[in-house]
Amino acid sequence: MDLRELYQEVILDHGKNPRNHRFPEPYNREGRGYNPLCGDKITLRLQLDGDRITDIGFIGQGCAISQASCSTMTEALKGKTVGDAEALFEKFHALVTGDGGSGDEIEELGKLAVFAGVREFPMRVKCATLGWHTLNQALHDEEGVAKTE
Amino acid sequence: MTSTSLITEAPAPAFDVLSVREDFPALHQEVHGKPLVYLDSAATSLKPQAVIDAVSEVYAKDCANIHRAVHLLSQRATVRYEEARDKVQSFLNAAKKTEVVFTRGTTEAINLVAHSFGRSAVREGDEILVTELEHHSNIVPWQMLCQQTGAKLVVVPMTDRGEVLREAFEEKLSDRTKLVAIAHVSNALGTVLPAAELIALAHARGAVVILDGAQAVSHVEIDVQALDCDFYAFSGHKLYGPTGIGVLYGKERWLEGMPPYQGGGDMIRSVTFEETIYNELPFKFEAGTPNIAGAIGLGAAIDYYRAFDQTAVHAHERAVLRYATEALESVPGVRLIGTAPGKVAALSFLMEAAHPHDVGTIVDSEGVAIRTGHHCAQPVMEHFGIAATARASLGMYNTTDDIDALVRALEKVRELFA
Repeated sequence: MDLRELYQEVILDHGKNPRNHRFPEPYNREGRGYNPLCGDKITLRLQLDGDRITDIGFIGQGCAISQASCSTMTEALKGKTVGDAEALFEKFHALVTGDGGSGDEIEELGKLAVFAGVREFPMRVKCATLGWHTLNQALHDEEGVAKTE
Repeated sequence: MTSTSLITEAPAPAFDVLSVREDFPALHQEVHGKPLVYLDSAATSLKPQAVIDAVSEVYAKDCANIHRAVHLLSQRATVRYEEARDKVQSFLNAAKKTEVVFTRGTTEAINLVAHSFGRSAVREGDEILVTELEHHSNIVPWQMLCQQTGAKLVVVPMTDRGEVLREAFEEKLSDRTKLVAIAHVSNALGTVLPAAELIALAHARGAVVILDGAQAVSHVEIDVQALDCDFYAFSGHKLYGPTGIGVLYGKERWLEGMPPYQGGGDMIRSVTFEETIYNELPFKFEAGTPNIAGAIGLGAAIDYYRAFDQTAVHAHERAVLRYATEALESVPGVRLIGTAPGKVAALSFLMEAAHPHDVGTIVDSEGVAIRTGHHCAQPVMEHFGIAATARASLGMYNTTDDIDALVRALEKVRELFA
C-alpha cells in the first residue's frame, strides 16, 4: 500500500496549514462534529445569504486527513449554493468510500479529488467525512453534534 | 541507533523469548508485505497454539452442555469447565473455588458487582470512589449506579506522571465511602497502583474494594488474599486466552449475600411459579449456558502462562519496556504520556509532527500494530489536555527488535510530515 496515495502533498499542506481556520463574522449557521473513535472535534460556522454560502470557516483539532478535508471543503464551498454543496458531498462521499465515481464527477470535485486515496484505508473514511457531515448538520440546522458513528 | 547501545539489562536467562514466539501463530504473518510487529497487547493479547487447540478440542470432542445431561460428553465438558475454575482459583490464589464466577469479561464482572452488590448495598448519600485514570468500564457502571441510588461518584486525582498517590486517595476517602473501584494497572498509562496499600486504607474506613485487573493479570503477580480485595475482575483475552470469557472473584461473604445478576437456567435450585430457590455459589451468578469453550481456553492460557517462571516473564517485559522508553525518548518530537515509576507494559506517546491517527496509519503500513485514540480513558486524555495518544503495549512475546521496528516506522512519520 502506498502511503503517498493517502498523504498527497495537498493533504499534508492543508493538514499543516488549514485554510479558513477561523470563524466567519457574521454567521447564521453552526455545526459541531465529533469523531468518537479518535477524539477529533470541529466547529463549523457559515453565513448563508438566501441559498448561497457567502462565508465559511472552522475551528477544530484532528488528524491531517480530517483537518485537510475541512480546509479544502471550506475553500470549495465559498460562494456555492446549498444545492451545489449537497451535490459535492455526494460525489465526495462516493470518492472516499470507493462507490464508483465517473471521470466527469472526479473532475467536478477539483482539488477535493486528492482524497481518492482514502478509499484504500477504510478506517480513515470517517476522518475525511467529518467536516462534510458537520456541514450537513449546519445546513439543516439539526440539533446536537454530528457524529461519524 | 544500534540495538546494543540501549540495552541496560539482559532478559532473564530463564525466559527464551524466541521459543515463546514460536508458540504464537499470529506473529508469523505479513501485513502490507511486512512482517507483523504486534504492539497492541493491552487491547488484546495474541493466543498461543495451546489455547487455540484447547478451544478447538472442546468443539471437536467435548461438545456438550455442562451441569445437565448424564451422557459422557456432558460429563467431560463439565469436568473440563470446572477444572478451568480450579486453575483460575489457583492463579488468583482465591481461598475457595466458589469465589470464582465466570463472566463475559472485565466489563461484565464490574457490571455484575454494580448491579448486584451496588443496588443492594449502596444508598443515597453514599460515596463511590474511583480514580482519574480509570477505563470507561470502571466509570460508567458506577455513574449508572449513582443515578439509580442517589450515591455520589468521587474521583481521586492523579499526578502529571500518571500516579495515584496515597495522600490523594486518603483525602477523598470518607466515612461515607461505600465502594472503591480502582484499576490495578492503568490501560492508557501502564501505571501500577499501590493496590494493597489503598485497599487497607479503604477497609479502615469500612469501604468495599473492587479492583479492575484487566491490564494487570499478565504483567504483575496477582494474589487476591494478599491484596485483601473484596472483588477482582479480569478478562481472559488479555491473558493470552479467548475473547468473551472473564472472571469475577469475590469474597464468599459478599457473594453469599448478593442477589443474582441475571435469572435463567443453571442459576436455580428449584423453580415453581410461586417461588424460585437460587443455586449455590458460584452458579447463582452464571445464568444460562456459559462460554464453555472460552472458560476451558482460559484454563489453557493460565496453564501456558504459569509454565514460565513469572519473575522471568516480568523481568523480560520490564527490560523491553525500558528499552522502548529510551528508544522513544531518542526520537525527536516524541513526548511520553504517563511516566509513573514502576509502570508496566504500555507506552502512550505523542509526536509533534503528526496526530496519533496519522501515526497509527503510517506505522501500520510498516507492519507495526499500535493503538491510537483515547483508549476508553477520556478523563486521562482530558487531564493531559489532549484528544488521543498513540500507544505501544507489550506482551511476553515482544522483543527489542519489535521496538526497533517501531522506531524505524516513526522515522517514516517524521519523513512524511517533515
